[in-house]
Amino acid sequence: MAASSRAQVLDLYRAMLRESKHFSAYNYRTYAVRRIRDAFRENKNVKDPVEIQALVNKAKRDLGIIRRQVHIGQMYLTDKIIIENQEKPRT
Amino acid sequence: MLLRTAWRRVAAAVRVAPGPKSVAPTRGLRLRAVDLFPQSAVPSDTATAPQAESMLRPLYMDVQATTPLDPRVLDAMLPYLVNYYGNPHSRTHAYGWESEAAMEHARQQVASLIGADPREIIFTSGATESNNIAIKELEAAIQPDTSLVSVMTVNNEIGVKQPIAEIGRICSSRKVYFHTDAAQAVGKIPLDVNDMKIDLMSISGHKIYGPKGVGAIYIRRRPRVRVEALQSGGGQERGMRSGTVPTPLVVGLGAACEVAQQEMEYDHKWISKLAERLTQKIMKSLPDVVMNGDPEHHYPGCINLSFAYVEGESLLMALKDVALSSGSACTSASLEPSYVLRAIGTDEDLAHSSIRFGIGRFTTEEEVDYTVEKCIHHVKRLREMSPLWEMVQDGIDLKSIKWTQH
Repeated sequence: MAASSRAQVLDLYRAMLRESKHFSAYNYRTYAVRRIRDAFRENKNVKDPVEIQALVNKAKRDLGIIRRQVHIGQMYLTDKIIIENQEKPRT
Repeated sequence: MLLRTAWRRVAAAVRVAPGPKSVAPTRGLRLRAVDLFPQSAVPSDTATAPQAESMLRPLYMDVQATTPLDPRVLDAMLPYLVNYYGNPHSRTHAYGWESEAAMEHARQQVASLIGADPREIIFTSGATESNNIAIKELEAAIQPDTSLVSVMTVNNEIGVKQPIAEIGRICSSRKVYFHTDAAQAVGKIPLDVNDMKIDLMSISGHKIYGPKGVGAIYIRRRPRVRVEALQSGGGQERGMRSGTVPTPLVVGLGAACEVAQQEMEYDHKWISKLAERLTQKIMKSLPDVVMNGDPEHHYPGCINLSFAYVEGESLLMALKDVALSSGSACTSASLEPSYVLRAIGTDEDLAHSSIRFGIGRFTTEEEVDYTVEKCIHHVKRLREMSPLWEMVQDGIDLKSIKWTQH
């Protein structure tokens, strides 16, 4: 199994961010985007390929969680919270 | 209590007035947001002008009362609410075995967070039940001089951290059992039952982004701590707590503990940053604000502030766009000032002016800024209306006034 390349990690990062922006709950959406950015930034200097693969695998599992939970949130919509009008609209 | 009657009135008004079309049936309470965002309002001559007011939910700043489920927790629970519905105590088929495996995995996750052995974790319906089990031990004690010390790890009203390791050391040397209610502390500050010499610990699911209705009690095995069961029945949980263990809930508790263990440092950094932002901004803009609780030994996510010359309930009602509390939820029905504030020697009038701001994993900088802005605005407004404030501005010492009886 080939080790995860830089391109694959970046693809995963983009996919996770893209998916997270679809959380309908403000607090989940903002947390996911922030956490993903910080986690990838924190691990950007990891060199050990075994460790990189472990992190990538965990990220793939987390992407699955995000997808499912985004979907569930969209099935149980409620009103936005008061602060959302002040935000840029997200797709 | 005043707040709840006000909410009922708002809810009744909302039901009566025709609201804007919504996509899905909404069951929550909403607020009218009329003048809040004039810059986004449509020009008044369009047909949508009467619909410009929208229904919006308040910000959530009351994490000490309860926390939202972390999406990772719900994800872990759902399979056990859909397909894996077996009774974990059924020994004869796969449904039982898979449910039991999930329960034991969750037990390991909880134990790992507090440095315990999984055999020392008993699942309960929450920290309240765990507290009752622990304290009942006192009554079940055989020796006349056995006693129990019970202390909250982190206080839910003012966020003060008790010196648990110190207390543990003292109790251990005096052969006294040590119980701590760690509901507000588990997963937020590092806890180790062996380092801190804790004999009994209560854990609550819904304070750590897990589900409501579940908790655990840690009961030390070495040296053995004997407890008496509160509820008897089929002998589940080593006979200490009969009743079918609710697999979906304990899976949620386990997942919440695992996530907490991974995120503890990151969450602490974030929450500290936001707490500093909130207190600094408020203290900088308003005089006569007191933070309740020892600032040295304090969990940052629970900020209790007293705004002098402002009545706490009035401020809470004014801050209707933000979900806040003026004390512990468990005593919120009464109008008595907080026993915690009274115990730390807060003046009666300051105790009535206290508000608790809760900052958690999902709180944003924008929510903090909004809350601070509204808080400052309303405190200033309420103080303008206060005759006591006027007297203070004129230099009168309120303590020197002799109030006459009528």
